[in-house]
Amino acid sequence: MARFRDLTLVPVIVLLLIVGAFLDPTFLTAGNLTNVLQQQAAISLLVLAESMILIAGKFDLSLESTVGTAPAIAVMLVIPAAAGGFGIGLPGALVIPLALLIGAAIGAFNGFLIIRFQLSAFIVTLAMLIIVHGFLQGPTEGKTLFQLPESILYLGSAMWLGLPAAIWIAGVLFAAGIFGLGYLRLGRALYAIGGNIDAARAAGIRVDRVLYGVFILGGTLAALAGILETGRLGAIGNNQGVGWIFMVFAAAVIGGVSMDGGKGTILGALTGVLVIGLVQNILTLIGVSGFWQPVIYGSIILIALMISRIAGGKAQD
Amino acid sequence: MNIHVEARNVVKRFGPTTALNGAKIEIAEGETHALVGRNGAGKSTLVSILTGLQRPDEGEVRFSGQAAPALADRDAWRQRVACVYQKSTIIPALTVAENLFLNRQSDGHARINWRKLRARAREVLDTYEVDVDAQALAGDLSVEQRQLVEIARALSFGARFIILDEPTARLDGPAIERLFTRMRSLREQGVTMMYISHHLDEVYEICQSVTVFRDARHVTTRRVADLPHDELVAAMTGEATAAYEAREHTPGERVVLRGAGLSLTGRYTDIDISVKEGEVVGLAGSASSGKVGLAETLVGLRKPDTGTVEVNGTRVRPGDVPAAIRAGLGFVPEDRHHEGFVPLLSVGENATFPIARKLGRYGLVSPARRRATAERMIAALDIKTEGPDQPVGDLSGGNAQKVVFARALVDDPTVLVVINPTAGVDVKAKQALLGAVEDAVERGAGAVVVSDELDDLRICDRVLVMFHGRVVKDVPRGWTDHELVAVMEGMEE
Repeated sequence: MARFRDLTLVPVIVLLLIVGAFLDPTFLTAGNLTNVLQQQAAISLLVLAESMILIAGKFDLSLESTVGTAPAIAVMLVIPAAAGGFGIGLPGALVIPLALLIGAAIGAFNGFLIIRFQLSAFIVTLAMLIIVHGFLQGPTEGKTLFQLPESILYLGSAMWLGLPAAIWIAGVLFAAGIFGLGYLRLGRALYAIGGNIDAARAAGIRVDRVLYGVFILGGTLAALAGILETGRLGAIGNNQGVGWIFMVFAAAVIGGVSMDGGKGTILGALTGVLVIGLVQNILTLIGVSGFWQPVIYGSIILIALMISRIAGGKAQD
Repeated sequence: MNIHVEARNVVKRFGPTTALNGAKIEIAEGETHALVGRNGAGKSTLVSILTGLQRPDEGEVRFSGQAAPALADRDAWRQRVACVYQKSTIIPALTVAENLFLNRQSDGHARINWRKLRARAREVLDTYEVDVDAQALAGDLSVEQRQLVEIARALSFGARFIILDEPTARLDGPAIERLFTRMRSLREQGVTMMYISHHLDEVYEICQSVTVFRDARHVTTRRVADLPHDELVAAMTGEATAAYEAREHTPGERVVLRGAGLSLTGRYTDIDISVKEGEVVGLAGSASSGKVGLAETLVGLRKPDTGTVEVNGTRVRPGDVPAAIRAGLGFVPEDRHHEGFVPLLSVGENATFPIARKLGRYGLVSPARRRATAERMIAALDIKTEGPDQPVGDLSGGNAQKVVFARALVDDPTVLVVINPTAGVDVKAKQALLGAVEDAVERGAGAVVVSDELDDLRICDRVLVMFHGRVVKDVPRGWTDHELVAVMEGMEE
């Protein structure tokens, strides 16, 4: 039974597929489902990052701001001043490494404040959410960046073997996450730290080092999510990523990741992402007004939570 | 005899406080050595130094005559010393197998082979005769099983020296016996042990030598056989303290607490209990006897399936704590950290929660009156605190428990129910707490004392012994340990 705990949302996904098929004939087509996956690819990387951070018993709200700011700053270092850049004119090939580096740096700074100064992860990353988003709005003065170098558009728009590259990337990273957290000592260390930090320390796990790693990896994944999103949309708006973090938490938590740390799996988190993506898609297909969608989202999250509470049988924390 | 473990002239300071001041300990190979002392004597600090979690400011630790390894070399430490800490180091969300091999799951390979890990875990569990499913979640185990897993894990590193830091604090009678049997067989296999406990009778039962720490210093090391109980207590407290003398009570005629026909599935069945004014009634039994569940029902923390509870002549709605308190009940819950106090709030607030309504009108609480009441309770119970404004979380175990007592006693209750009143507190605090119960009884209250410790039950006029949810015997004052334990274990003579 224990091994199926990750899969409590699978019935929900099946139900959504059936309901969707009845509501709209285009729902169960390959084109539509690919579309769902592509739309979820970027946000799913945030869910992957947040799940690892939550399992290690920490918190990161600032991921959503990194989604916009990391690619934007990287792009501005490359494009000419006339297109809205800084006018430094670094080579275009550097834009992706730069974006990832910025994401990693934000993660490292979060880690520094939380681990070194022992500040509350919630408040630190809340402040960082605001600050990092400010670093998107400040330099761009609120304008959208349109003239982007080719290199940053590629990943979010290319097709590999008939599927969008973004789906492959998210798929591979989730597979790596499932393997890493399931079969590597380092991955299991996250569970130990989130479950009982003193026990982890007593077992010889280098707790601080692992936590730094998780925050840096989280920031990097958020930057990658930003790159995919930029490629998909072909521009960087000044609110790219804004508001994502609520969906990210919803997906992780209905997927069985505990906000108290030490519990949940990456596979579970993936099912959480799929549920949210399918709901979103069905609502759009049947033409529910965008203004009313939040009500239904929220309700679906609550219902999914109740189902996994009943299936899991234990009080949630 | 060879010295297996030795700490010499250890000094450890934490800011302004000196936790250890030139302390020493010598443990001979193959013996079970007790370390005793009051709360704050420096026992826990010595444990963290002996296990390599902290570096002493001065002094040294030696294992079998050789200097201790570097602090960063965790593996070397774990081959020399294993510790079952007071706080569980089991991770509840992981399986038993993974807990056993935490941070060494992969056995040298990059990838964890879960099937192999389970097999290795089963092997360890079999070797140390721990009857637990390797695939079970550690969080689903009982306290005893978790502890056995911790012991097995400690030994699986190959250490021949184990520190057991208050292992019996959360175990019931039979589980303690099983633990002792296991310790004896480990000793026969030549394992050296350091045993820390507040229960001096356990020291006499299981240990060969004892070291006493007081105020961060080593006081004495003696053979247990050559050290009378009184002398041991005197060494711990620094003064001659007689064992607690229970007082005579004269129960009145009025029944202040009555439970009739109480049943709760899985806990207790068909219980009738009545307590008169001026009377102390004990509830004894193993962890599965239902005694705590019954006491929690009497105070309203649990709702029984059937039956009624009357406090001070008023029928109290089942499961309604405020109603029970209004009727004149005060209680000390089982786990003070969990239900006893709010650690961040002050001594004053914690002590006056139940009577907040009496400290002001219209939902307001007058700070001046609260302070006055708190100061009265601090004086009455001799709580060692900077004052009513200090957060309870900063107090030592014994003083925190006194605050919980203050909360129970602040409204001068007619019925007092205390559950494990002296758990984890030292000798002197213990006496003060038992004295507080008897003071309340002399003022005319009726009291129920639920405890795993026979010493607590000595103040009772009669002890109701429970077994598998039923009261099997009503034992009047004057019992011997052996008699009572026999009934508790279900071995009726």
